Amino acid sequence: MARLSAKPYPQPPVNGDIVASHGLSGEEYQRIVKILCREPNYAELGVFSVMWSEHCSYKSSKIYLKLLPTEGPAVIQGPGENAGIVDIGGGLAAVFKMESHNHPSFIEPYQGAATGVGGILRDVFTMGARPVASLNSLRFGRFDHPRTPYLLGGVVAGIGGYGNCVGVPTVGGELFFDESYDANILVNAFTLGIAEKKRIFRGKAKGVGNSLIYVGAKTGRDGIHGATMASEAFSEASEKRRPTVQVGDPFTEKLLLEACLELMKGDCLVGIQDMGAAGLTSSAAEMAARAGTGVELDLSRVSLREQGMTPYEILLSESQERMLLVAKKGREDEVQRVFDRWDLDAVVVGRVTRDRMFRALFNGAEVVRIPIAALTSDAPVYHRPVERPQSQDEVQKLDLEKIEEPKDLGAILKLLLDSPNVASKEWVYRQYDHLVRSNTVVVPGADAAVIRIKGTEKGLALTVDGNGRYCYLDPYVGGILVVVEAARNLACVGARPLGLSDCLNFGSPERADVMWQFSQVIQGMRDACIALGVPVVSGNVSFYNETDGVPIYPTPTVAMVGLLPKVERYVTPWFKSPGDLVVLLGRNREELGGSEYLKVVHGMVKGTPPWIDLKLERAVQQCCLKAIEKGILRSAHDMSEGGLGVALAECCISGPEKTLGVRVELREMMRGDARLFGESQSRIIVSVSEKDLSRLREIAAKEGAPMQVIGEVGGSRLVVHPLIRLPVDELKSIWSSSLEKRLR
Amino acid sequence: MRWGVIVFPGSCDEQDIYDCLKHNLKQKVEFLWHKDRLNGKFNCLVLPGGFSYGDYLRCGAMARFSPIMQGVVEFARKGGLVLGICNGFQILCEAGLLPGALTRNASLQFVCRHVFLRLEETDTPFTRAGKKGQLLKLPVKHGEGCYYADPATLERLRKNRQILVRYVDGKGRTSPSANPNGSLDHIAGVCNEGRNVFGLMPHPEDAGEKILGSEDGLKIFSSVVAACDKREKRAWPG
Repeated sequence: MARLSAKPYPQPPVNGDIVASHGLSGEEYQRIVKILCREPNYAELGVFSVMWSEHCSYKSSKIYLKLLPTEGPAVIQGPGENAGIVDIGGGLAAVFKMESHNHPSFIEPYQGAATGVGGILRDVFTMGARPVASLNSLRFGRFDHPRTPYLLGGVVAGIGGYGNCVGVPTVGGELFFDESYDANILVNAFTLGIAEKKRIFRGKAKGVGNSLIYVGAKTGRDGIHGATMASEAFSEASEKRRPTVQVGDPFTEKLLLEACLELMKGDCLVGIQDMGAAGLTSSAAEMAARAGTGVELDLSRVSLREQGMTPYEILLSESQERMLLVAKKGREDEVQRVFDRWDLDAVVVGRVTRDRMFRALFNGAEVVRIPIAALTSDAPVYHRPVERPQSQDEVQKLDLEKIEEPKDLGAILKLLLDSPNVASKEWVYRQYDHLVRSNTVVVPGADAAVIRIKGTEKGLALTVDGNGRYCYLDPYVGGILVVVEAARNLACVGARPLGLSDCLNFGSPERADVMWQFSQVIQGMRDACIALGVPVVSGNVSFYNETDGVPIYPTPTVAMVGLLPKVERYVTPWFKSPGDLVVLLGRNREELGGSEYLKVVHGMVKGTPPWIDLKLERAVQQCCLKAIEKGILRSAHDMSEGGLGVALAECCISGPEKTLGVRVELREMMRGDARLFGESQSRIIVSVSEKDLSRLREIAAKEGAPMQVIGEVGGSRLVVHPLIRLPVDELKSIWSSSLEKRLR
Repeated sequence: MRWGVIVFPGSCDEQDIYDCLKHNLKQKVEFLWHKDRLNGKFNCLVLPGGFSYGDYLRCGAMARFSPIMQGVVEFARKGGLVLGICNGFQILCEAGLLPGALTRNASLQFVCRHVFLRLEETDTPFTRAGKKGQLLKLPVKHGEGCYYADPATLERLRKNRQILVRYVDGKGRTSPSANPNGSLDHIAGVCNEGRNVFGLMPHPEDAGEKILGSEDGLKIFSSVVAACDKREKRAWPG
């Protein structure tokens, strides 16, 4: 590129204060000097600070993430790309990923959540997939915290505002409230797309001399240092970080999506990557790293939203709705034509080089020159101190004998159905278009959502799950439980898991207790993934979810995707007809640790999370799946927060048409509250018509799953003899109005 | 017969309409690009839902200026059948092809759920396959679907029987809770005086198969098919 009119660009001097304000430690700075064999200039310092931020470099989590199983027969692409990919047969692949947008959503809920959705959509369509379904996992502070309604309203409106406009259905999600998230909400967004296996695109800057083409929205000053902001804990000053939150433009995203997919039908595209965290810098550097090449960027050619932007600002801007393409040399016009049709900018801003360097020019002069490896594979990796906190023993102490059993368990059931964590989430999902693309077979509100794959007999099931309380009480067991619950939710609709994507939301990695939680959770997740045969294909880590020194509960969330070979065999949680028998797969145990009941009724988050036996879990899931595949089950519902009592109520009241009653008798000898509201794992309530009972027994025996007939569907009451006898319509009205009533 | 589905920048439901017509009703369908002039003979043009031009201004206010809209207006004036769904309905109102306007939902929130519609009139090409008073279960999904018209216009709509569908409950009765957006007089869709242009907020294309929870949307599309057969496959040049 022309260097004739080279005008040196004056950069501010780099000193100790500037280094510290970039979130780089003294050691890290020395490492930079050593790599460059000189002091970095201001723009280079900026590039290092974002690429070495926790958010981009995974420097504290890398050594643990390696422990997760990432391979399996269906896996086409594991972690390390923009999204994971699994084979769904018939020449098609499912491309999916979940990502956190916690920090920006707390500072500015609408835009933070909206741009979270925008980012994850781009991660999926950049790989050549048409996005067909989104999920989200949301955690807020206690409901009566003054900021909670504002944050909840803003986040939900932001997710809807963006996803609805782009025309991708939001088919499911989860929502949880606990004071642990008062000052650090969690917003994890997931998108799945469908691609042709033969036409998958990757973020690789291959082919020396090929052009780097910048497409989409213009670059502004928004979001500079967003990645760095996401890599530090909150304090009172965080409010001032509002300008680091980007503003979303879903209309441009929709055009960008259509233009990219149109371009991908041809063969002029070599590589493509979204400009997400750390913007142009990270997309260019990561693409070069994957291809073993270098990049030369001419920053003067980038289309800008405002005049006078410096190289530093152009490199670090996190303006939304932008992508970086690598096109074959000489085919740039084809790219231009497609983007013209969609009225979007497409500008050649650089080329792929042989030198494995990240170089940026501005007005003809070189302003950045850094080895690609220094920004990617050779970025710092930390073995942070790990220590189990002594307070953990105290947390796990729970003496059931000291917990008084309430006399009126019916009243307790009503209390739980009214709890925002248990109540219907319709107030949320009716604000999301969950039907666009006309594929949605099971809408939000079931154990998992089901979409059909047009042109095939198949369907995909999707669920997202997490339980920070369990992980707080025992991070290893909590890590297991989040994976098994997601798989169990898929089993309840009749889908076998293909893979999962995770968001690992934790406090500061600079704390030994947080790193202990992190390492334990990973080990738990690993053991569960191996036992159930589910690979981890994508995900992200969000550290620094803490405010004024108090971290959130360790909260891994897991989005799992499963396949239904014949979509019309799907099963839903609610009872279907009077006379059907109600069967419990699995076993009730006397345990209350970490339960919603213990929190709502006794105000405690204590004890150990429910006991788990992975062999039993597998048996129960297999039994449910096989029974669904044989067409025996009329309904299937997983037991989670609120235990058997809540699950039975949901079977009666969650159907789209009328409610149905049930009469149940439980034989186990144990205290009533544990029997009804304990959260024992590996349990599914199913209903079958009487003629199919013997076939279900055969399947259960073969799989080694315990089962017992506990009752019969019918009447207008929920009866658990002799503990509860309540009209189901009353329960429905409590359950369905809880959120709305609180938000009015 | 031949259908044209217009694609504006920001349209979202064009593929759903295309698939529903092509696969469920075996129709000939093609997409028409907003920047082109309307060209060729069509029996029915469909304006899909979505967020044309991002709907950053009033919904549909920009799309009416798309080059293709001139042809759509002429096509309608000549008696051609035009169906606007959701954002398409909003565009038809903005373009002056349908009376009234669609404003922000009374709840001030986007709403996505299944509703029941009561067929009020069946003497139109869009509703002829149904029976008067018949209920249709269709989804709505919109943020600005609250129908409004001034009293004189409303009076005219009633007198000319231009209100083709109303929001009702499962028993066919109008009520505030069955009205998802606060529409005036529970209006879900209206036609023009010539009865050849119809706009509605609910989405028939998302209710075209049993596995999607309802097939009732086919009533609207198959009415058009029947009407065009009756009109001896008359197509209007664009």
